[in-house]
Amino acid sequence: MKGALGRLGKYTAVRLVFLFLAVLVAVYATVLIANMGGELDRIVEVQIRHEVGVAIAMNPEWQRLSWEEQEALAAQMIETQLRRRGMDEPFFPNRSLKFLRDAMTLQLGRARLIKSDSHSFEVKNILLERLPSTLLLFATAELLLFFITLFMALFLSRRYGSFLDRVFIALAPTSAAPGWFYGIFLILIFAALFRILPWGGMAPPGTQPAFTLGFIGTLAKHMTLPVTAIIISAVFAGVYSSRTFFLIYSTEDHVELAKAKGLSSRAVERRYILRPTMPPIITGFLLLLISMWMGQIVLETVFNWPGLGQVYYQAIVMNETAVIVGVIVIYGYLLCATVFLLDFIYAILDPRVRVGAGGGGR
Amino acid sequence: MRRFLPALKNLKRYPSLIAGLVLISIFVVVSIYTVIAIPYSEATRVWQSSGERTENPKLARPVWFDWFTSEQLPRTIQVSLADEGATLTEEFIGGGLKRVEAVLPFEYRYDGFPSELQMRMRWQFEDQRAFASVYWRKPDGELITLYDGVRVRASQSLYISSEQDLRARLGMAPHEGLFLLDTTVPREERQPMHGTYEVIVRAELSETDSLGALSLTVYGQVHGWGGTDHQRRDLLLPLLWGAPIGLAFGVLAAIGAQMSTFVLAGISTWFGGKLERVFIWLTQVNVILPVLPILIMISHLYQPRIWTILGLVIAMSVFSASMLSYRAMFLQLKESPYFEAAQAYGAGNFRIIFRYLLPRIAPTLLPQFVMIVPVFVFLEATLAVLNLGDPYLPTWGKMINDAQTQGALYHGHYYWIVLPSILLMGVGFGFALVGYSLDRIFNPRLRDI
Repeated sequence: MKGALGRLGKYTAVRLVFLFLAVLVAVYATVLIANMGGELDRIVEVQIRHEVGVAIAMNPEWQRLSWEEQEALAAQMIETQLRRRGMDEPFFPNRSLKFLRDAMTLQLGRARLIKSDSHSFEVKNILLERLPSTLLLFATAELLLFFITLFMALFLSRRYGSFLDRVFIALAPTSAAPGWFYGIFLILIFAALFRILPWGGMAPPGTQPAFTLGFIGTLAKHMTLPVTAIIISAVFAGVYSSRTFFLIYSTEDHVELAKAKGLSSRAVERRYILRPTMPPIITGFLLLLISMWMGQIVLETVFNWPGLGQVYYQAIVMNETAVIVGVIVIYGYLLCATVFLLDFIYAILDPRVRVGAGGGGR
Repeated sequence: MRRFLPALKNLKRYPSLIAGLVLISIFVVVSIYTVIAIPYSEATRVWQSSGERTENPKLARPVWFDWFTSEQLPRTIQVSLADEGATLTEEFIGGGLKRVEAVLPFEYRYDGFPSELQMRMRWQFEDQRAFASVYWRKPDGELITLYDGVRVRASQSLYISSEQDLRARLGMAPHEGLFLLDTTVPREERQPMHGTYEVIVRAELSETDSLGALSLTVYGQVHGWGGTDHQRRDLLLPLLWGAPIGLAFGVLAAIGAQMSTFVLAGISTWFGGKLERVFIWLTQVNVILPVLPILIMISHLYQPRIWTILGLVIAMSVFSASMLSYRAMFLQLKESPYFEAAQAYGAGNFRIIFRYLLPRIAPTLLPQFVMIVPVFVFLEATLAVLNLGDPYLPTWGKMINDAQTQGALYHGHYYWIVLPSILLMGVGFGFALVGYSLDRIFNPRLRDI
């Protein structure tokens, strides 16, 4: 047993190192792209030269200096500005690697234009302010989605061929469209036509969202449409594939045996169908989660939801490199955590994996 | 071929497959028609230019909105001096002067008011001090002065519907007030008067001068099959052109991404060793890579054309998670004895991979391949909705983006968003239907269920 634990520990460590390396690659690629391979530095440098030139031209005292003195002064001021931003070193490899180190250690630096609601330019504050709303929205949607899918699939597999079953199969192709797509329709129906739910945002205009008890009602109202959009965009395909899985498994011999033993259908379902089908279902679900983490930038934009995706889009439009890299780092770590979690859930649910790789445990 | 015939007969058992195929072929036909009828260069030119759409109403709904109401919504009416019934009379009054009177009659029988009124005049004259007056005669004979002695310029447009002075005199928007049947009814019950209206232009000019051209545009509320946007662009163009672009992008991306993954998985599994390990490693890194955010970033910073985006999408999905599932299938297959036989007769590695290994699994992947097409169709739309798609091409996603930024839902211009969405859904649904049916055909375990 101790050997198995050790193997599991080693496996975990190797896995963590690997995942970390993967995030490293992703973030470095982002740093290179977001700085346009150093192109952004040249733009900033031109800006600094321009500003220094204007500053000297506007100052009557400096205007009295001779041309050479002015030149020297300008060169010195530009030099100071560049050093202040750390731009006296070449972008590749020195500065890019520094960016990478800062990003990986979550020293995300300061933004130029975007600020948090508390008027901070610290990227960390901006992102920390957005993270809870993103997590709230997606955790709610994912949990609902998971349980709806599971119970609906079980229910349908019990009475396959029924009308409801046919409806769900027929609707499976609707999951081809992403959440924002249904979001637009939901806004059209419930906000524009019937005017019973808000257009978007997290709180009525002019008020600050707060995570308090009194606010839950308002919050729920604002969350209804985005959460519904996410669920609609995934639930039918999810139910379809899980239902198919359950059906295939329910014809296995061990299930027949359990039925023959006279176990109640609930017990058969829970112990003989649900348990062995859980790993693939959870895998599918977590892979969906991964794609959703990143895929909902448009959803947040459509619903004006003050989350990470929305701030990421703003940052891209405003060329805020620090915020872009910050969001990618956070996405990277979130994905890592998801994949790592996947391994552990597998270990818990699947007894063959529990004792570690190599088929030990004899 | 012989193997396919019975399979074709079986198709009747899968109505959803037939429905999907019909949907897809409709879009293919529309795409071919569009590419031939409105060539690429023509489409981008019309979409970018602003000069030639002044005849279109602004934010007009599609004409088929009529079918759902008993009313007939106003179309755009254009009258000019060249039209039948229009008259131009000149009368010399001595002193080197002449009096010009032009009358433009037009019929108005629509339910509802026009959306705008605009008049254009062109004068040929040398004397700079000419003045003109414009009058409006309703069918019941009432005469309203639109302009009383305006200074005439060689070429001028008069935006009647935005004249503040006229609005103040009528107590409402000119394009409503000038058509109103009964002034006493409340706002919601206002009706336009049906009959023949006349626009009368009177001017005194020197003998050598003359009125060159005169036209009146009564902008309607509906236009074309797709309506128009805030820039008076006919939305039928993006609706049509969205089809070839969406289809091409979706299908090419699906082929590129799935095929490359499939072939590379086959090669790496056959050779095994270091290559295989590197590929697995790359796949695992790629799963962590936030693909969409990176794609969005590249699209914004470098503003690539759509084919560059396509290449990027393919490049980023080569080492997708399906690499691992293909590998599992290939590993199982690799144990089959006939590979040993092939090697024994001296077949080369690539011959074995491309003749024996890949073709064995390919059919089971067809459903997956078809099902992934909509994912890429919607990916293109997703980028376009963030205003990050191709900067020149009119597509469905771009239409939705325009509509969103103009607050189309808020202002009630639903057609602007609903039409491209339905078409997007149509393409997605078509491929998904075919994919799900093929899944049931190729996976016999699902067939009985």
